[in-house]
Amino acid sequence: MMVDRESAMKVTLPSDREIVMARAFNAPRDLVFEAWTRPEHVRNWWGPRNATKVLFEADVRPGGSWRYVILNGEGVEVPFKGVYQEVNPPERLVYTETYDVEPFNSGDPALNTATFTEEGGRTLVTVTTVYPTKEIRDFVLGTGMEEGAAESYDRLAELLVELSRNKR
Amino acid sequence: MTPDRLSTTFAALADPTRRAILARLVLGQASVTELAAPFQMSMPAVSKHLKVLERAGLIARGREAQWRPRRLDGEPLRDVAEWMEQYRSFWDESFDRLDDYLQEMKKEKKHDGR
Repeated sequence: MMVDRESAMKVTLPSDREIVMARAFNAPRDLVFEAWTRPEHVRNWWGPRNATKVLFEADVRPGGSWRYVILNGEGVEVPFKGVYQEVNPPERLVYTETYDVEPFNSGDPALNTATFTEEGGRTLVTVTTVYPTKEIRDFVLGTGMEEGAAESYDRLAELLVELSRNKR
Repeated sequence: MTPDRLSTTFAALADPTRRAILARLVLGQASVTELAAPFQMSMPAVSKHLKVLERAGLIARGREAQWRPRRLDGEPLRDVAEWMEQYRSFWDESFDRLDDYLQEMKKEKKHDGR
């Protein structure tokens, strides 16, 4: 696992209902925004490597809905859906996200805010996901497509320092 | 680790003061007075936070009778980190492919003369 490269993803938990992911890409943000929103592009990168792509559709405008469906390595269908609330290319997207499986699709959906900031031809994407409850957030953290690699204490220390810095 | 145990750990981590205490303990063990120093709160309030962390198994007490230093207990933290790692791997893989895919998109745009 390459953790020290410049573009490595950062995950933080600023509150007990949130997950924040940040990752830099070597491309201008209009391109990143396009790759992020157009289903014909999304199908080329979204999901685990061994997944079979089943369905990618998105009506990217406020009130429009999206739906991505893949089959995981064991052939089990993994469907996600949601509704766009705010579409402000190429800077900001707000959309709901539901794991469309009982009982996860019965309550309130998670709310994602994705921001795209460009600097020197690179784009930083930050996705903040707010879950309706802490339990669901924790469940999401636990759903892995594969066995997680052991985390080093060093990175954990960094994470903790980062977490406390974010809040103070 | 059962989800309940994980919930306890996450609950303990959900508070900024407690995270700051843990961040301090990453640097080495410390007394309650030392841990309280950066915060503008009463000793009982700090002790309360320490109790939550202790109950979650995140910190342990030293044996020295006089000042009972607190130290970090890494085990539950490692469990949390492992859970996070699973979430991370889904997105890490996706993002790596997005990065590669963006390079292809860039090339194609040049080809199109756009």
